[in-house]
Amino acid sequence: MEIAEVKAASSVKQKKNRSIKVGKRIERISTYTLLIVLSAVFIFPFLWLIGTSLKPENEAMTFPPTLIPKVWDFANYKDVFTIVSFGKYYLNSIIVSFFVVLGTVLSSTVVAYGFARIKGKGRNFWFVILLGTMMLPPQVTMIPVYMIFSKLGWINTFLPLIVPSFFGSAYFIFLLRQFFKTIPKELEESAYLDGCGTFGIFWRIVLPLSVPSVITVALLSFMWTWNDFLYPLIYLNDDAKYTLALGILQFKGALLIEWGPMMAASVLIILPLIILFFVGQKYFVQGIATTGGKG
Amino acid sequence: MNKSRTFLFYMFILPWLIGFFIFTAGPMIYSLYMSFTDFSGLGTANWVGLENYKKLFTEDPLFWQSLWNTIFYTIFGVPLGLVVGYMLAVLLNANVKFMGVFRTIFYLPSLVPTVASSLLWIIIFQPDFGIANAILDFFHLPTSNWLLSEEMVKPSLIIMSLWGAGGGMVIYLAGLQSVPASLYEAAELDGAGRFKKFWHITVPMTSNVIFFNLIMGLIGSFQIFTQAYVVSSGNGGPNYKSLFYVFYLYQDAFKFFKMGYASALAWILFIIILIFTLIQFKVFGRKVYYEYDE
Repeated sequence: MEIAEVKAASSVKQKKNRSIKVGKRIERISTYTLLIVLSAVFIFPFLWLIGTSLKPENEAMTFPPTLIPKVWDFANYKDVFTIVSFGKYYLNSIIVSFFVVLGTVLSSTVVAYGFARIKGKGRNFWFVILLGTMMLPPQVTMIPVYMIFSKLGWINTFLPLIVPSFFGSAYFIFLLRQFFKTIPKELEESAYLDGCGTFGIFWRIVLPLSVPSVITVALLSFMWTWNDFLYPLIYLNDDAKYTLALGILQFKGALLIEWGPMMAASVLIILPLIILFFVGQKYFVQGIATTGGKG
Repeated sequence: MNKSRTFLFYMFILPWLIGFFIFTAGPMIYSLYMSFTDFSGLGTANWVGLENYKKLFTEDPLFWQSLWNTIFYTIFGVPLGLVVGYMLAVLLNANVKFMGVFRTIFYLPSLVPTVASSLLWIIIFQPDFGIANAILDFFHLPTSNWLLSEEMVKPSLIIMSLWGAGGGMVIYLAGLQSVPASLYEAAELDGAGRFKKFWHITVPMTSNVIFFNLIMGLIGSFQIFTQAYVVSSGNGGPNYKSLFYVFYLYQDAFKFFKMGYASALAWILFIIILIFTLIQFKVFGRKVYYEYDE
């Protein structure tokens, strides 16, 4: 009799356990179902982009549309370079991005080290000002800055896009400062005792230790420059000077839109970013989580 | 804090300090001055007092239209983007397999340059042969003119923006992962279900991140420009329904060369964003942004 009681009790317990397990399983299944459906929704526009870039013109404009092209036509990718000077735009974007990244890294690291480690009079005051500029909408300064560059005769050159980056970027100064503060002070102190000057310490000890953060800054500033539209729009009005973001709009005429080549061009603009993302994934995530995105 | 350290400090921050005076402080003062003039970009600027501001508020329907467009886009777009980004993060945080794969899938669209994603969505929303209408048609639902329709152009832009909601997801994910597991375990012992745990632990524990994203989202949303410029071919159509605030500012400054007038617009925007920022500081206190040494 006792045995029977124990058995009954354990079967109740098992049932309860099983129902918890079933509940967990339903929870899991519903999570994965939702994730897969959402993934499909998020991937779909990419498939559409690639699909359209491979469709000949008549197929791009049929209803109902086809997802996978009936004929795989790579002509659009060739047309991209013949309809407009896409190669030129690509080169322009590379030049501008390269110098912006260079300027940003050179200036922001030095300034950030000053804010992180050198106790000077007024440091906290200037740091608050720095943070304040992060909140300032660029439209407030846009018109006077345009006037300055216009007076210098720099309109229609890359200089207005490049030169400001050599004066540091508040976001990146902030990000790098946060990182520099995590480096143990003892390293710098012992270098100081060995007779190393402040700039030497920064250059030979702190920078080599900060390579991951510098890569994060370089990646993010590359991405933002590559995507920038408003400033090239204001400063570049000669077709030969266009960056990719401006140049690609040439496919979208007022009346005629060249769908296939336009999507092929989009693929070519996105490609370097996707490659960089996969190469430097951890730096991207780290940087976004630190700065809170591009705001 | 001796003198030579102070000198050294200023030598290090010199690049930024010079840039601050040339590209920020100077232009701010100049821009404020210009907002009280009829400056056109060329020739002299005549002082007109509060004329620009008076005209904006009383005689300019496009100012109100662009402000309304921006508010509409913000009050629907920002919370929706927040919910989608948060939901994605919560799903990914549930200890799922292939988490990295899913995270990449949700994050990648936010990497796509705005110009490129706008062109892509123009094709998706194309009324005659776009896939959006094809799907609606398949389910026998009414189709739409999307970006070419006065009513639908802003909702279409909001749908577009949701595709990039994975950018916020990454920030939420970091916040979610810092919630101590012991809290969930304790709640489970008390018999709390999934929904209760979410509502009483997850949300309150990540409220700082949510609020930060909300305010940054509001500030960003008030500066929407590129996607509207691209989908409307630079004119803010149809019938000014996609003419957002910064778009109108751009047109006034660089198309109509009303630089003084556009400066007044810029200062009103500055005040709106300043208010958002102050709310953020009030709620967070100062320590979220920086910490003093001593």
